[in-house]
Amino acid sequence: MYTVHHKESFWAKYIFSTDHKIIGLQYGITSLVWLLFGFTLMMIMRYQLAYPESPVPFIGGLLGDGGILPSEMYNSLGVMHGTIMIFLGVVPLAFGAFGNYFLPLQIGAIDMAFPKLNASSYWMYFVGSVIMVIGFFVPGGAANSGWTSYPPLANIATMGQTVWLFGMVMLITSSLLGSINILVTVIQLRTDGMTWLKLPIFVWGQFITAFLLILAFPPLEAAGVLQLMDRLAGTSFFMPSGLVVSGEVMTNAGGGSPLLWQHLFWFLAHPEVYVLILPAFGIVTEVMANNIRKPIWGYKALVYSMIFLGFMSFIVWAHHMYLTGMGTTIGAFFQTTTMIISIPSVVILTALLISLWGGSIRFNTPMLFALGFLPMFGIGGLTGLPLGLAASDIHLHDTYYVIGHFHYVVAPGTIFALFAGIYYWFPKMTGKRTNETLGKLHFFFSFIFMNGVFMPMFVQGLAGVSRRLWDGGEVYAHAADYLYLNEVMSVSAWLLGLAQIFFIVNMIISLKGEKTGEVNPWNATTLDWTDTTSPPLGHGNFEKIPVVHRGPYEYSVPGSKVDFIPQSEKG
Amino acid sequence: MLELLRYFGLPTVSASTQGPAIDHIIALIHWLMLILFVGWGVFFIYTLIRFRESNNPKADHEGVKSHFSSYLEVAVAVFEVVLLIGFAFPIWASRVNDIPKGPEAVQIRVVAQQFAWNIHYPGSDGVFGKTSIDLVDEVENPIGLDRSDEFAKDDVFTVNQLHIPVNTAINISLSSKDVIHSFTLPELRVKQDAVPGMEIPVWFEATMTTEEFLQTTDGSAREGMGFEIACAQLCGLGHYRMKGFLTIHDDEGYAAWHEEQQEYLAEEEDDDWGDDEDW
Ligand code: HEM
Ligand SMILES: [Cu+2]
Ligand SMILES: [Cu+2]
Repeated sequence: MYTVHHKESFWAKYIFSTDHKIIGLQYGITSLVWLLFGFTLMMIMRYQLAYPESPVPFIGGLLGDGGILPSEMYNSLGVMHGTIMIFLGVVPLAFGAFGNYFLPLQIGAIDMAFPKLNASSYWMYFVGSVIMVIGFFVPGGAANSGWTSYPPLANIATMGQTVWLFGMVMLITSSLLGSINILVTVIQLRTDGMTWLKLPIFVWGQFITAFLLILAFPPLEAAGVLQLMDRLAGTSFFMPSGLVVSGEVMTNAGGGSPLLWQHLFWFLAHPEVYVLILPAFGIVTEVMANNIRKPIWGYKALVYSMIFLGFMSFIVWAHHMYLTGMGTTIGAFFQTTTMIISIPSVVILTALLISLWGGSIRFNTPMLFALGFLPMFGIGGLTGLPLGLAASDIHLHDTYYVIGHFHYVVAPGTIFALFAGIYYWFPKMTGKRTNETLGKLHFFFSFIFMNGVFMPMFVQGLAGVSRRLWDGGEVYAHAADYLYLNEVMSVSAWLLGLAQIFFIVNMIISLKGEKTGEVNPWNATTLDWTDTTSPPLGHGNFEKIPVVHRGPYEYSVPGSKVDFIPQSEKG
Repeated sequence: MLELLRYFGLPTVSASTQGPAIDHIIALIHWLMLILFVGWGVFFIYTLIRFRESNNPKADHEGVKSHFSSYLEVAVAVFEVVLLIGFAFPIWASRVNDIPKGPEAVQIRVVAQQFAWNIHYPGSDGVFGKTSIDLVDEVENPIGLDRSDEFAKDDVFTVNQLHIPVNTAINISLSSKDVIHSFTLPELRVKQDAVPGMEIPVWFEATMTTEEFLQTTDGSAREGMGFEIACAQLCGLGHYRMKGFLTIHDDEGYAAWHEEQQEYLAEEEDDDWGDDEDW
């Protein structure tokens, strides 16, 4: 029908392709490489934290005098770890890769709405990410003022900060293009019969994510440009009057507000955490529905909760700023909205857990990762509560408790969901199967070591140990009782790194393996599995555009001979 | 719960009047978290075992029919409302509204900078002397105090040494010379960002002297180490070592310390400090 078959060169087919699947793979491979890189930076930092001021083995020579990681470079690595994990790793993987590849397939579209825009968004991302790492090579090293880039520190920082800002502007532009594309695709290109409440939860997750990106990123892009002006053109948007830095009176300072940056930054960065989690909800729901062999409990509650979460995420941002001198009224507002936003999260987690009841649960690798997600996200979400109330935040703000909290959400949370998605859709993308034993080993070791890294952070945080400390708190007496945990966490982090070898080896041998010829190995119901080949046809996806007749999770329908009925089946 | 949290890191000492309230709300939220997590966890593990494929080969299309979960959600919401209205709002209101202004409160200025805490005391007249950025000299006069101002004559400043009396309201006016820092007294549950361009009041009342505190540290890894000021906000390459010391005196001790400072000041003046001959 709409399929176009013609010979293309390697370059046209794999590099400058406009096919959403190829672009999805490009996003996927690039972002996985960045994730590994960002993780490696963290493993280096963890050496300094575990054994302060001792030479880092193997790569010490690259770092500084005597192989010791200097504190300004520690700060750079921290910024780059955070930035890379979020903006070059998780978002491009969850939204760029999964969204691009599977969203059109799941809604029965032959491609994204704007294929060329799609390609240009990938290339902007690519260029932006290269700019990001160029920061390491400029005088003074990469940006070192926190991934939050708070002025005035960021304004007076070394050149790496300028590079970081240019990189961010590119990355933001790329995300904006990507989100327009997802929005238009979902609104316009759903196939016949695919009404809103028949959409798989995965599509809902991507759709709401796209809304968040498109509404939240522009203020940060503007803020980034303002900070660039402050740094390059001598303006003072974020610089108050009367600053004295290292004994020198600042000449360009005047009239600006450091808090303005924080408002603009968190106006993006709070919705950003939902950008990190909504696609994960989507993936986990797909994998779970498939492996419990029954419909997800409370489909509508899930959809409405996700939409509500999306809306609310725009009015909670200042809960990151309670301690900047906030008064009672504003404080009450943001505490209330923050408590309200916790309710839909409770609804979502509860609905997913209740879904298990009555299921016939298969424990394959994707399912293990999806199940692992649930308690880990639970811990991440719950530990957000004490940070959301200003009174308890007094003690916990800017401590390791915060680091533990959001890592539980993004690392054993989102990253597990992404692994679940990779194992689940691998047969679709390649026509081959992954090795179950390696997959399970990957899961169990990752699960143990993830907790080994992040659980002790709550203890240090309760003790009041600040984050972003080069020596892991060694100079502070109040940290003394809990310093031994630094080594526990570091060793766990390195073992977590080793555990990823199971994943890498699994990917390599599975890719080398034979095609199985199965189209729908998991007996799934959604269009991506039932109406396309594995891998799907080049441009155009479908032999015949499917028409949708039923909801996305018609598993174990009473009276049906098989335990799944595809969305495209009549009747 | 408080005991449990103390076992898992929370400092056993909560040495200010608002400390116990903050600990209390932390404990309450952790109750909510624990109950939810254990509830979810038990349900989770039970269903995984009971409904595994080998035990339950045929899934039930409908699954759970009851609406018990709605009660759970309502219960969580109610608990949160109670936390907000009963605890979070009042604690915060007291923190920002009850600032002690009168003469019975001790007024201190803290000016943060990379990577030190400058502490400015108004001296016996109780009035801070003028400061000006043009007078800042990182060695002699980090806060830029104008000694020619009549109120400045008896002002005292120290670096990284904060001395306060116990059981007395302390009102700190917090600011920063350069970048954002965060003034933290972990054992007193006090924390406030220091934002350049703003003077933010921080008030508290210590309930324990350093001497008493040191007795509680016996046998722990921090034995013999008193209260600290920590910086919680990344402020540059020396952020990790931006540590100050807090000494809490009883009333006599505090008076004696003040006396001592005034004597130093007098000596310095005789010495004609800042004179060219010094160089
Ligand atoms: C899975 C392995 C990971 C490990 C072991 C890890 C470890 C850490 C540690 C120890 C810190 C604190 C550094 C400090 O305070 O000096 C940190 C910071 C950070 N991490 Fe991760 N992380 C991981 C994954 C991720 C992921 C997946 C993301 C985001 C999607 C992420 C985002 C961040 C950010 C934004 C910061 C900066 C926090 C700040 O500036 O205070 N990390 N990470
Ligand atoms: Cu937030
Ligand atoms: Cu500081």
